[in-house]
This record gives sequence, C-alpha cells and structure tokens, in this order.
Amino acid sequence: MNSLAKTLTIRSSPHIAAVAGVDTIMFNVVMALMPVSLYAVYAFGLSALLVMVTAVLSCVLTEHLLCRVSGRATTIGDWSAVITGLLYGLTLPPSLPLWMVVAGGAIAIGLGKFLFGGLGGNPFNPALVGRAILQAAFPAAMTTWPVYEDRPFASLPTSTLTLPMTVPQYDGMTAPTPLSDWKFNQVAASTGDLFLGATAGSTGETCALLILIGGVYLAARNMMSWRIPVGVIGTVAIQSFVLNLWNPDKYAGPWFMVFSGGLMLGAVFMATDMVASPMTHLGGLVYGAIIGLLVVLIRVWGGMPEGVMYAILIGNALSPHIDSLIQPTVYGTAKGRKKELAKGGAK
Amino acid sequence: MRHLLGTKTFAHGIHPPEFKADTKDLAIRQFDFASLLIVPLSQHLGKPAVPIVGEGAEVTRGQCIAQPDGFMSVAIHAPATGVIRKIARSPAINGKMMPAFFLEPFPASTQEMPGGNPCDAETASKDEIIAAIQQAGIVGLGGAAFPTHVKLKVPDDKQADLVIVNGAECEPYLTTDHRVMLEHADDIMRGIPYVMKATGAPRAIIAVEDNKRDAAEVMRKAILPGQPISVEVLPVKYPQGAEKMLITAILGRKVPSGGLPIDVGAVCINVGTTAQIGALLPSGQGLQDRVITVGGPGVQRKGNYRIPIGTPLRYILDKVGTEPNVSTVVMGGPMMGHAASSLDIPITKGSTGVIAMVDDQTDTMISRHEYPCIRCGHCVDACPLFLNPSQMGLLANVQRYDEMASDYHLMDCFECGCCTFVCPSHIPLVQKFRVAKSAIRKAKAAV
Repeated sequence: MNSLAKTLTIRSSPHIAAVAGVDTIMFNVVMALMPVSLYAVYAFGLSALLVMVTAVLSCVLTEHLLCRVSGRATTIGDWSAVITGLLYGLTLPPSLPLWMVVAGGAIAIGLGKFLFGGLGGNPFNPALVGRAILQAAFPAAMTTWPVYEDRPFASLPTSTLTLPMTVPQYDGMTAPTPLSDWKFNQVAASTGDLFLGATAGSTGETCALLILIGGVYLAARNMMSWRIPVGVIGTVAIQSFVLNLWNPDKYAGPWFMVFSGGLMLGAVFMATDMVASPMTHLGGLVYGAIIGLLVVLIRVWGGMPEGVMYAILIGNALSPHIDSLIQPTVYGTAKGRKKELAKGGAK
Repeated sequence: MRHLLGTKTFAHGIHPPEFKADTKDLAIRQFDFASLLIVPLSQHLGKPAVPIVGEGAEVTRGQCIAQPDGFMSVAIHAPATGVIRKIARSPAINGKMMPAFFLEPFPASTQEMPGGNPCDAETASKDEIIAAIQQAGIVGLGGAAFPTHVKLKVPDDKQADLVIVNGAECEPYLTTDHRVMLEHADDIMRGIPYVMKATGAPRAIIAVEDNKRDAAEVMRKAILPGQPISVEVLPVKYPQGAEKMLITAILGRKVPSGGLPIDVGAVCINVGTTAQIGALLPSGQGLQDRVITVGGPGVQRKGNYRIPIGTPLRYILDKVGTEPNVSTVVMGGPMMGHAASSLDIPITKGSTGVIAMVDDQTDTMISRHEYPCIRCGHCVDACPLFLNPSQMGLLANVQRYDEMASDYHLMDCFECGCCTFVCPSHIPLVQKFRVAKSAIRKAKAAV
C-alpha cells in the first residue's frame, strides 16, 4: 500500500462539474461591454470616462458598504456590481453631473438590488432602477446631450463638476438625439450613423455594431439568452415595418427604430439580466416580444421620444408571471402545469 | 424534427468531458484473486439472497452459495474456489452494514469453473429462460443492479416490440461496455436471442454512442444475415444510457411518468448483461465476475479488468498502483457513482468502475463558492426530463418537499446530476433532490 493512508473525501455525485461559475459569467459580461465602453470614451471624451468610472465605483462601493453594515461577507468579488455600475454608466448622458451619477449608483444597488436580498433576488434590473429614479428626479439633466465639436479630451463641460443641489450649466452646444429629432421634427438620422454610433445619445447606446459584437460573444459562450434580444428586436422591427408601410411620414422605418436610442443596449445587455428575465426558451421569446411591443408603443404614442427603459422594467415585472405560466412540459406527462392550474394555484 | 435532422437523440442533456481515451484501447485483463473476497448477500435491488452454505464450507468457483428469496431476488455464486470463513456484516457502498460471505480462495486452486444445467435458447420456453437467468444470478450490469429476469418478464397485458441493447455508456471514464462489445461480440450475439425470446420482442437494436464507432462496426459484422437485429449509432450525450432517454432517442416514444419502458413496448438491457447471458446460460454457470474500468488520474496502471465479485477496493488499488494524491475513490462513473467511505468495500455485480480522483479535482468540487440562484436557466436547459431544478432547489431550501413532488414531479428525477453539473452558482441541486426524495419515502413508509 503506497498511499491512500490519507482520509478519503466523501461527496455525493456528480464528482465533476462544468468550470464556468457565476463570477466567470459576470466577468465575461464585463468583457463583452468593453468595446462599447471604450467607444463611448472615444466619442464623448473625458466627461464620459468620468461618468462611467464614477458609476462603477459608486455601485461597487455601495455594495461593499451595505455588506459591511449588514454584517455579511462582501460580495463585490462576483463582478455583478461592476456590471450594474457599467451598464448604468452606459445609459447616462455624457455630461451628467457626477454627484447625480453617485446618487443613482447608490440607488441602483441599494434599492434595486440589496433591498431584495442581493444577487439573485432583484426583480428589476438594478441599473435601470437607478436610471429610472434619476430620470424622475432630474429630467432636464437626463435629457441634455452635449455636442463635442473637437478635442473632447482637452476640457470638461462645466456641468460634469456641478456641485450637488445646484442646477447644472451647459456650455457649448447641445443636440437632439435621433429619436427626439424624429419625434418632434420628423427628421430621420442615417442608418449608417446610427449603426456606427455617430449620433448624440447616452454614453453607451449609440454604437449598435459594438453592442452586437459583445452580444454575439456572450451568446456564443452560452452566457446570455439570445432569444430575448431576438424577441425584442424582432418585434420592434416587425411593428415599425407595418406602421411605416401604413404611414411613412408619421412612423419611422424598422432600420431607424432598431438602431436608434437605447434599443440595442437594452435588448442585448439589459433585458437579458438573468435574474430578472424568464428561464425557459419560450418564456424568453415571449418576454422579449412584450418588451419590443412596449418600446414601440411608448416611442410612437408616448410623451417621450424613448421608451426602452420603461419597457424593460415592465417586462421585468411580468417575468415571474411568464415563468409560472410557461413551464417546461415534464417528460412523460401530458401537461405538467395543467394539474397545478386546475388546483387554482392554491398553496 | 429529430428524424429530419438525421440524428436520433433525446432533448436536453449535457456534454461532460469524456476521459475515455486512457482505457478504451486497453484489452480486458483477468484480475488476480484477493486473499479474502467479501461477497454481499444483497447485490441487487430486491430481497437479499438466502445462504445455502454455512461457515467453514468449501466451495467451488461458480457454485451457487445463496438462493433467491422470492421473485424479486437472484442467486449468488462463489467467485472463487475456497472456503467460507464466516458470514458476517460488512460495509456496503451506501455506508450501511450488510451481511456478506467472507470467502478465502485456495491459493493453489486452478480456479476452474464446472458447468451446470445448460439452457438452450432454441428449445427453452420463456419461463425456463427467465428462471435460468434468475438462477445464474444475473442483474443489470450497467450499474442499477435490477434483477434482469424481472425486467424480462413482460406482464400479460403488455407487449414488447423492441429490445434495446444498451451500449451507450455515457458516463465519463467508463469503457467496460466498449471493450465488451469489441471483445465479446459472440457472447452478446448469443445473449440477444435469449432476451428476445424471454420478452417476445420480434426485433432488437444495439444502441452505441458515436464515440465507439469501432464497437458499432464489430457489432454490425457480428449480426448474421436475416437476424432481426440492427445497430444504431447515436450522437454522444449524457445521460443517453438512461433507459428513458435511450427509448426516446431510438423510438421517439416517451415513457409515461411513473411508468416503465414496457409501457411503450420497449425493454432495455445493458450490453454487458446481454454478454453475460450469452456466456453463462449455454453452460449453466453463475455470475461470479464482471468487467470493471479501473481508471481516473489517481491510478497508475489504468485498464479494463475482469474482476471477481467480492474483491475489496483496497486490493484492486494496491495491484494497479495509485498516485500519492488520491483523495476520492468513486465506484461507478463520476456523474452518478458513489464515493467510497472505506477501502474494505467490495466490488459487486452493480459496480461499473473504480475511479480514483485526485486532490485537484476534489478540491475544486469542495472549495467552490456557492452563489445564490441567478435564474440563468442552465439547469432547465440541461434536465433531460424537463423538470425545473431551479424551482425545486428553492423549494428544497424551505423543505417544501411535498410541493416538489406534487407540482414539480420530483419523484420522476433519476438523479443524473446534469443540473448540478451545469449550475454556475454551484448549487448542489441533485443532492438536495436526493434528500427530498428520501424524506418523502420515509414519510410514506411511516404512514
């Protein structure tokens, strides 16, 4: 007997497992967001960089502090707070005052995630919770889009460093986003500009191409449900195609609708938040379709030019119900779920 | 859809690493007799066998030493010529103490096996074949150890239209069925007519996974012209070797929840079991050894060995040599096998493999940080039975076991472990389901 004098470790099977853990998946999402983040800095300069870094730091620090205060081990190692921070930063206007960014970040983690028990518990996408509250609190600042004529790295817009509780002053010029230009002036941006990101908008929403590259990477590695973005984008495209056929002067065409505003970023990186979206394949498609439907409804008939954020939040709210209605049919049974529904869902 | 794509398989499932390359090309070798064999009286599902020889008795290899106790039980045969030292309790793989023969082989014996009452597939009746299989002590050698004769006895109100000879062998590391198909094609082909006759099924399909094309070729060549036997090569996927999955892959039929394969006209039998039937019945001998893969990174001389039933793990590992960093010894495959708590546990009829795992592997499994469920749905995608492991895991945490069974079909789960394998949060899902199932069984038994 040469070895095995040592104690044998007893575990229940399986004795092997796939390697990718939650932290690996989350880290890969961060990596998939890198191209669009770097483009945001290239396009909008120093102020966008500051907004995004502040967003990430405020989210990570909030998570760490809340864990400390509640006596738990810190959970910043799982990368999920980084994703929330980065996604949140990507949805903000590049000239937003940094103190507002900090406030929204704290709200995103505190209200959107921690109150519901942290990772895995949040019913809504935390990044969008943070953004939604900022939108309500500071509507003007959240819809002011600066134009950088040249040298975006040489100076900061004065608004970026506005002191808390003061009204930000915007220097230079501001521009309408393609969506507001269409809504209020019926002017459509070129599809090429939209696809490559040469328009005004939130830091990370303008370049559809780079968002798609990140999305394809994640979907190929099975770290994202491709059915959700397909559901969202497909529904938006079909609806706007039909509306555009009906009245092209009033309703923009599918290319414009799909590549403008926050649709790409929302469909690929926001709606796909695993915690707040359905688990089944069919559920994902239905959920995506609902979001797509709402996006067009809000954009076309709502008071604001953009509706992705609210559409996704409503989709998040419906997600548990989609999950309870669309269950996989258990092997060898007629309809696994029918029995339970017949019981009236009592329990 | 499955037929349109031209590849027969079942839905969902996973693709774990195979780890089969180390042993698949190594021919089966006979293993030496240990100085003491521990032969449990219960190596099968059902009632333990009843000893018919006492302590001190001298027995011949292959001699029947315990008779079946009722229909749900099989005979046990002496794995070696020697003397029964005692009949006493000994640890089993599940941690329980089970009665067993302690058999000391005679070192000088030639270990020759005498024949018994031969059973001829041509002339024997259904019932004679079934009785002969029970007397030969044959159980499912794929791991479940369900008495084979019980499985082959088709109820009067049912009809078998197909025998599926299961050579899928989907567990990582294991290559016993692969080697048996390559080296014992004649035994398998002799065994299939017994099975077909006992069940009354008019045809048989040998199912082999795509990573064993050589075995499929050997099987195909062994079929005589005109025999209603064919070979089906299936894409590699775990847990394809599970009866329900195999039936769905080949026939497209689904075994009803709570039902048996015969409910959809199919009988599945492991290819190794079929080979034993073909080898033992014509000569009237009893099952006293089996082919086992001894492998894993902790084993020095890996291979497929024909090992006498009752050989203790310690003896096997000593003979093949182990690395110093062995930390877990798994009996069976790594997906569904049991970790041995002691090296005094013997090989039984249901043992398919002895896999020595090393520190690295064990450490990664144990030290993994468990995250909360992030509802990624990977487990829902993996479950071959279309259960909802995520939801059941949440219910298990609050011990709502009855709800798991009534609303989420917990009792259908056959514990393949796909959900735990894929879970990025490292939640021990299948382990929770085992606890829940045993709690439910206990509660039922108490009523």
